[in-house]
Amino acid sequence: MVKLTINGRKIQAEEGTTILYAARDNNIFIPTLCENEAVSPYGACRLCLVQIKTARGRERLVTSCIYLVEEGLTVETNTERIRKIRGVLLELLLARCPDSEVIQEMAAKEGITITRFYKRKGNNKCILCANCARTCEEVVGVSAISLANRGVDRELTTPFGDDFSEACIGCGSCAYSCPTGAITLIDRGSKRTIKWPHNRMEFKLQKCSVCGNYWAPEKQIAYIAKTSGTKLSEYVACPDCRD
Amino acid sequence: MAIKGLRETVKKALDKHNNDKSLLVDILQDVQATIGYLPKAALVETGKQLGVPISRVYSVATFFKAFSLTKRGRHLINVCMGTACHVRGAVKVLEQIEQELKIKRGGTTRDLKFTLETVNCVGACALGPMVIIGEDYHGEMTPEGIISVLKQYN
Ligand code: SF4
Ligand code: FES
Ligand code: FES
Repeated sequence: MVKLTINGRKIQAEEGTTILYAARDNNIFIPTLCENEAVSPYGACRLCLVQIKTARGRERLVTSCIYLVEEGLTVETNTERIRKIRGVLLELLLARCPDSEVIQEMAAKEGITITRFYKRKGNNKCILCANCARTCEEVVGVSAISLANRGVDRELTTPFGDDFSEACIGCGSCAYSCPTGAITLIDRGSKRTIKWPHNRMEFKLQKCSVCGNYWAPEKQIAYIAKTSGTKLSEYVACPDCRD
Repeated sequence: MAIKGLRETVKKALDKHNNDKSLLVDILQDVQATIGYLPKAALVETGKQLGVPISRVYSVATFFKAFSLTKRGRHLINVCMGTACHVRGAVKVLEQIEQELKIKRGGTTRDLKFTLETVNCVGACALGPMVIIGEDYHGEMTPEGIISVLKQYN
């Protein structure tokens, strides 16, 4: 166990834990946007910034979702300095994604309702955290989407920017993992449409042989059958109608 | 390029690097050196043969400026837009080239003779504005001077 202090409270955490999780386990709140327990830490949004002082007296700012606990570490999560930086970060995010309700709400909590920066046009809520791409790679295992290009042109996209990704099975985990609502999934009748910030793709849904409900994309079912080594015929009925 | 040739080009690059996934950048460099650029089919083929998701190959190929996913001209023109060259009139030189070749920066002429790009400082600031064509460095360029320089290439 590692002993450290967060906001004056002495706590203990297991070695290898991030400051963020140690704080959470002790009911100390640190705002986060891109952190996602299902995938490995990445540190894209910087909102989880905290101020640390090491046992040897070195002071610096670190992202708590990446930084691991250390013996004798002193952490401050809500100083004036941090609030100021976080405010600027939120203003930048507001300017980048003026339509994201999640970001608006987060900013409002910090008392920020307007941004001094130039607002991006178009309904693009993507903050380039790559949660979707990392979930697709690490959890689903197909890597259908990724970040591409660099600098101001960086974007989350399908390969070649097509409205198609061969590897995509239409599971929708990306939409689920996106913290800002930049990816949407709509099922209508026999069709599922996934809309990414710059591309979209349609999937045929499979109809349950018993109740007649459309319950999952055919591609996803084929993928599950393949990876689990089960027969496709086991999936003609939806989970509710199987015994 | 026919698919067969493509397959072999990719295979050769992979063999050279022992099919090492972490050497994707080097492999793509070799493929580009053979074909001249990285067409979609080449990226897909590289991903398939190496066992790396296409999304990752695309991500890497679009990240580095050294890679081009579109056809390139025989001569690559790089106009320096670094601070020194900029104040010495690089913008005028660039505009002149754009007009002369009827392409914008990043573009390639229809006859595939030139591809026009910009860089930020090539370390020869005292000789600015610098224009690099292929391996040749042309210093103290002017809008008038660049026209005769372009004529030296075919
Ligand atoms: S679409 Fe959502 S999850 Fe994906 S990079 Fe953008 S903000 Fe992150
Ligand atoms: S939550 Fe740590 S950088 Fe986004
Ligand atoms: S700015 Fe052009 S060479 Fe340095």
